[in-house]
Amino acid sequence: MPAFPDAAREAVADTRLRGNLAHATGTIRERRAAAVAELDDWDALRESGKQIKDHVLANLGHYLRRLEEKVTEAGGTVHWARDAAEANRIVADLVKATGESEVVKVKSMATQETGLNEALAEEGIAAYETDLAELIVQLGHDRPSHILVPAIHRNRSDIRDIFRREMPDAPEGLTDAPADLAEAARRHLRAKFLSAKVAVSGVNFAVADTGTLVVLESEGNGRMCLTLPETLISVMGVEKIVPSMRDLEVFLQLLPRSSTAERMNPYTSTWTGVHPGDGPRDFHLVLLDNGRTETLADEVGRQALRCIRCSACLNVCPVYERAGGHAYGSPYPGPIGAILSPQIRGIGSDVDASLPYASSLCGACFEACPVAIDIPEVLVHLRARAVEDGPRHPVERAAMTAAGWTLRSPARLALAQRLASASRRIVAPRGRIRRLPGPLNAWTETRDAPAPPAESFRAWWARTDGGRTEPRAPEDGTDDGTDGRTEEGQ
Amino acid sequence: MSAREEILRRIDGIVPARPAADVAADYARIDRDYARRHHADGVLDLFADRVAHYRATVLRAAEAELPRVVAERLAARPGTHGAPGDLPDAWLAEVTSGLVRDPAVADLDGLAGAVTGCAAAIAETGTIVLDHGPGQGTRALSLVPDYHLIIVRAAQVAPDVPEALERLDPSRPLTMVSGPSATSDIELSRVEGVHGPRTLEVVIAE
Repeated sequence: MPAFPDAAREAVADTRLRGNLAHATGTIRERRAAAVAELDDWDALRESGKQIKDHVLANLGHYLRRLEEKVTEAGGTVHWARDAAEANRIVADLVKATGESEVVKVKSMATQETGLNEALAEEGIAAYETDLAELIVQLGHDRPSHILVPAIHRNRSDIRDIFRREMPDAPEGLTDAPADLAEAARRHLRAKFLSAKVAVSGVNFAVADTGTLVVLESEGNGRMCLTLPETLISVMGVEKIVPSMRDLEVFLQLLPRSSTAERMNPYTSTWTGVHPGDGPRDFHLVLLDNGRTETLADEVGRQALRCIRCSACLNVCPVYERAGGHAYGSPYPGPIGAILSPQIRGIGSDVDASLPYASSLCGACFEACPVAIDIPEVLVHLRARAVEDGPRHPVERAAMTAAGWTLRSPARLALAQRLASASRRIVAPRGRIRRLPGPLNAWTETRDAPAPPAESFRAWWARTDGGRTEPRAPEDGTDDGTDGRTEEGQ
Repeated sequence: MSAREEILRRIDGIVPARPAADVAADYARIDRDYARRHHADGVLDLFADRVAHYRATVLRAAEAELPRVVAERLAARPGTHGAPGDLPDAWLAEVTSGLVRDPAVADLDGLAGAVTGCAAAIAETGTIVLDHGPGQGTRALSLVPDYHLIIVRAAQVAPDVPEALERLDPSRPLTMVSGPSATSDIELSRVEGVHGPRTLEVVIAE
């Protein structure tokens, strides 16, 4: 995966992509604001949601053990996976044990994260995505670019073209009317639903006290997968727990309004183990770590594990709106992806080390987050970690080390400031630096840097006793141009 | 070491396990300053409005009129309809079109629709909850056919989400329905009708 700036540069140059993104995120932003404004206790709900999630994280071992016990009591089987490969192995073996070579899938971020479809394909098992957007992505041989709406980068005519090209049973003369596209998907998948023996799902919430699993969706493909096949395999990150059913009263209010801007999503399904005579006869729950315990170990970064995958932060982010989801190089794009991906994957690659910088720190994501994840705080925290541990930025690391050494001693700081002032006539004869040297030139690619002042603030303070011995400047404020901003410098 | 042991060992090393009573005490201290309900009265009107907002059809009928209303709604959609075996006979007394009780899953795709009761409803969000207990059938019955008629008794309508959840049994499978099947996957705009019933009709029996 290329680093974010490289991937984003390409995306930003794609005007069609930018148009699709601006249209979609603009639509949902207004509607979300209205849906949230309707509840006068939104802040209290948000605070409760945050506290419930923090409580679970602080007692994660307790709740995982309890969930396991309750799911097992209800007739389910619990599996544990340290990483993506182990989770995929477990699912593949479970599918093989049924003798089937096809599964239907409900959209799931966890299995997107583990690359389950590709892993199953290597084992000769075909995974059919049934969510409309995931179907568009799968048929388009594409990658998801949004948590909630994976095909947000496609507009209706793109989708019609993909269906005409890749869907063997697409109706003659298929138009780009959304209702027609939805109808085509309905017909295409109906036979699959009715014949599928195995389904794979994600999980929105797992209730520890009762062993109840919860999936929120809109289309009914979730209900199909959760109830028609004989075997159901659900994969969830270990952090998806809520302690009791009562907590759903908070999250069933927070999540739909934050994600699709609806008072409630069309369908929410819950199940507790197996229900004789109704639905799957065999239920498996795979609990996935895959970097979550490392994330839990970081006291600042762990708040990312509160995330309920609503995607409100993507829809309000000025960087996401322009760069799109693919630039983030992860199933988790946007602001939440910028703090989640480097934590669960580690800051070992160019893309993960660059993600904490994929933000202007404007704070819109924090405002929109229904569980109050302070994304800007975590971004800044991760930037520090990226400098420490990241694969790149050796110059930045050296510069920060030198800055630390200089700043720790007043004498060294004074010397450095005198040297900087002395250099100003050499590097910036007209008060501006047009191009900084070496790796610093990225800063001056699109702007000038001001020259160092003729005298540092500390030197001025010492010379004038804090301004007390300095003659008052004339009212019209003759500027000597030391800040470099008043001179013409183009 | 098994994956289970290793994951729990890592977690216990970061956030050490504590006695269950301490965890429960912490849980009880979570602030819950949100409202139990957002609207004081007019619950049935609110429910009817909110369901209709999802582009579902909402009808209100006195209990005595129910058989006639159900018969009319089903007659408007030619074909055979499915109903749970234990849906009250009185509700279906005037139905003259084809009706099959407890249809087999394999037959569901050929039905014109399904008629069921429900377990609870939520006025604030226009949601109907099925727990697939009496009068509701299996989950597949109200999912596969393209048309779903739900009969909601007035007393089943809770004003808001917290009160509705209190009325439900978590050990039962629950299906919460808020309008017909829909998607926001094309340009983030809502379109009704994908895999679930594309037409939802609700009769409120008062």
